[in-house]
Amino acid sequence: MRYLPHTEADREAMLAAIGAKSVDELFVDVPAEARLAGPVAGLSTTKSELEVERILGAMAAKNRPAGAMASFMGSGAYRHHVPASVDYIVQRGEFLTSYTPYQPEIAQGTLQYLFEFQTQVALLTGMEVANASMYDAATAAVEAVQMANRVTRRGKAILSGALHPHYRETIETHGRFSGFDVAALPANLDGLAGIEALLDAKTSCVVVQYPNVFGRLQDLRGLAAACQKAGALLIVAIPEIVSMGAVVPPGDMGADIVVAEGQSIGNALNFGGPYVGLFAAKEKYLRQMPGRLCGETVDADGKRGFVLTLSTREQHIRREKATSNICTNSGLCALAFTVHLSLLGETGLKRLAALNHAMATSLEAKLARVKGVKVLTDAYFNEFALELPRDAAEVVDKLADKGVLAGVPGGRLWPDDPSMARTLIVAATETNTLADIDLFAAKLAEVL
Amino acid sequence: MDKSQGRVARDTAGELPPVVTHSGHRGLQLEEKLIFEQGVPGRIGVDVPNPPQGAADKLGAFARKEPIGLPDLSEPQVVRHFTRLSQKNYGIDSGLFSLGSCTMKHNPRLNEKMARLPGFADIHPLQPVKTVQGALELIDELARWLKTLTGMPAVAMSPAAGAHGELCGMVAIWAAIKAKGEGETRRRVLVPESAHGTNPATAAMLGFTVDPIPADARGRVDLAAFEAKLGPDVAAIMLTNPNTCGLFETDIKRIADLVHKAGGYFYCDGANYNAIAGRVRPADLGVDAMHINLHKTFSTPHGGGGPGSGPVVLSAALAPFAPLPYVVHGKDGFRLVETKEAGAAPFGRLKGFNGQMGMFVRALAYMLSHGADGIRRASEDAVLNANYVHARLKDVMTPAFEGPCMHEALFDDRFLKDTGVSTLDFAKALIDEGYHPMTMYFPLVVHGAMLIEPTESESKDSLDAFIASLRHLAALAKQGNQAAHFHAAPRLTPRRRLDETRAARQPILRWKPAAPPAPTAQAAE
Repeated sequence: MRYLPHTEADREAMLAAIGAKSVDELFVDVPAEARLAGPVAGLSTTKSELEVERILGAMAAKNRPAGAMASFMGSGAYRHHVPASVDYIVQRGEFLTSYTPYQPEIAQGTLQYLFEFQTQVALLTGMEVANASMYDAATAAVEAVQMANRVTRRGKAILSGALHPHYRETIETHGRFSGFDVAALPANLDGLAGIEALLDAKTSCVVVQYPNVFGRLQDLRGLAAACQKAGALLIVAIPEIVSMGAVVPPGDMGADIVVAEGQSIGNALNFGGPYVGLFAAKEKYLRQMPGRLCGETVDADGKRGFVLTLSTREQHIRREKATSNICTNSGLCALAFTVHLSLLGETGLKRLAALNHAMATSLEAKLARVKGVKVLTDAYFNEFALELPRDAAEVVDKLADKGVLAGVPGGRLWPDDPSMARTLIVAATETNTLADIDLFAAKLAEVL
Repeated sequence: MDKSQGRVARDTAGELPPVVTHSGHRGLQLEEKLIFEQGVPGRIGVDVPNPPQGAADKLGAFARKEPIGLPDLSEPQVVRHFTRLSQKNYGIDSGLFSLGSCTMKHNPRLNEKMARLPGFADIHPLQPVKTVQGALELIDELARWLKTLTGMPAVAMSPAAGAHGELCGMVAIWAAIKAKGEGETRRRVLVPESAHGTNPATAAMLGFTVDPIPADARGRVDLAAFEAKLGPDVAAIMLTNPNTCGLFETDIKRIADLVHKAGGYFYCDGANYNAIAGRVRPADLGVDAMHINLHKTFSTPHGGGGPGSGPVVLSAALAPFAPLPYVVHGKDGFRLVETKEAGAAPFGRLKGFNGQMGMFVRALAYMLSHGADGIRRASEDAVLNANYVHARLKDVMTPAFEGPCMHEALFDDRFLKDTGVSTLDFAKALIDEGYHPMTMYFPLVVHGAMLIEPTESESKDSLDAFIASLRHLAALAKQGNQAAHFHAAPRLTPRRRLDETRAARQPILRWKPAAPPAPTAQAAE
């Protein structure tokens, strides 16, 4: 087997050095009734690379990649172009096959890019500090709520009606089992509606999304002031981080904690994972932050270097008193993010964001002219919501047969809320062409 | 043929002073500034097409007007920057990575190639399910492999990492307890002192009281202490097997039986499953829930700290509580269940979308490559390698416990007694020898612990060279008067020991532009 270096002669020599007759003797501590006599039944045996490529290639061929269709899907996962050099860097073995940088002398590569990543995330979100990444936006949102609970010593989170349902459900799951209350508002295009009425002395935080799940941009400054007055933290979730190249960041509107999905920069769609959760906060809350933090210091010769720091917050030191059980971050996805954003720079990110916005407004202009379609979103970045005259899931299903991934239907995100069934959320990015847009509008007119 | 080429020049001039370079570089050890210190406005590393003409502006009042503060660079600069950074890193591709408990085995590049097939990488998580039947088939097939290998009837695929899997398993246990009406009373979780830090952290996150169990002199759970702690308020035991001392818990079946008899559940931390995969089925040990780190046992890359993937196999008692979403096979092909259906009691959603698909593809590529026979052989070789290290070092270092061990060999610091050399110093000296150090000071139950996990990826030659370095260092330490030498290590790395106290006391967590120089009195005039 190509991954196993030992010859039979090696194994025999090693067993002799150990003083064992067979490898079975090394498993003597396993209860006899639990020892399997041979390979597990019902599974295939060793295969060549070529055979594995055939099997997995056949499975992959049963999927219809977004790139093979005119795709307008968003809702927390966006198809962007990733420059070739990003994946080249990510696949360098010194990054790909390294471990969490506990030995900083031989991990300065990882540590320096994490320091650069933290800086990039802080700048994009308009916040003071950022950590070295989380699993994804949904889990980062949970960590933000739990951090707010620690900071305020309260235990109730208010969730906007325009928060991505996956983020909402993930927070609700943790609320049920970690023992905090969640007041989730029903789906509502106006993500700020009803929040202030729920703010009370028990409220630790309010979670809103920006742009919200319907793509809408809303001014958060009034809500930030109301939260501050009530002693609660304002948590803002960003589903599409490219938007920060075009719109005012949440940090400038009074957010206390910002979480975001970083997939859009550097990472493929991957059917939903692995992604990279971004986590940024005001500096005064630093010691309550979850996850890995990379900091600058000097070495024994006085040279600048980087280390993981403030680990007394973490599980491997604090055990049951840790701020979170989180152990890994999303290192490679964070690296892809850092490389892609370094390539873009200030100029490139702004141009990319402007192009995304222009493609989306071009899309809106075309779709608005389709009979029966009503545009629901006013101010937006690259995503907006439509109301269709019929069930949006059926429309999406039909359009998939015509080569168009027509967005995310309300019924997929809110299966238990019939009022959302005719809502369709569509996004456009730089990967779309004007021809894609024309095709979408024409096919939509056909099926409505 | 010019025979002078490549000839080693003999230094006949005697001792030379240390090399001091003008650039600060030292040959192939290249200094590299932060990306933020290299930007020049006007450069660009991605050519972005122009937007279509006449497109409307719908940003309203939300247009970002202030500069973001990102540096502008060209593509060659960015590629060189990250290439230089990569060269300051040690990976499995570089050499033996003895880090115990972390399972740094070879990461096949076939896995990477398969994960990048557009049919897997370029599909949106919310595409209509009829357009992603192959993706659902892959998840279902990986689930079948995991269930068959472990003998468990169900598996939750969505957890994003090992610790996330622990959370999933413990939530499932709590959901089962609540369903029996014991949610208020069963609030205590037993956790051995040797456990990974994530175990008590996970239990505490869920509001359980963590009750530690001591280890016995053999490095296993102290059975008497465990039995004494059982009671009607015990929700579960969280036990790593093989344990963090690299030993199989010989009483594991009795522990499982006793905790079940007391009405609790057995959560197994599967971080060390790579020692027994294909040789032992956790179902046969009485396990109720166990996470499997695909990035350990099934070779998906650690990537400098993630992304991981931590599916959780579940017993029949816990299966109904498995989280959303999950894949089922119906008459019209595969379905993705994203909401509660009749007959199930899912405890909810753990993360966005459908799990770590990219990691699933890599893990299945690895499993198919090995097959059931290869997986068994890999476990055997991992155990063989650890025992070989144990056997070849036991005369110069001090094994914490008698052998045989499983996939990792644990030493304590008795052999360093009176040498002035600490476990940390010893490990740092190993860096100068060209190796990634072992895990240090873990598990906590052993003094000055050094936990070595060579994995099955290392050849006998590679192990012999590694063992020779350790024997050399052990002899050097025992020679006496070497404390300063060890304490100064490593000396041959891009950076020497870093001041971690300073990093924590004066946290600098991001780059900031240098403040403009204060105006002088003259300039102010």
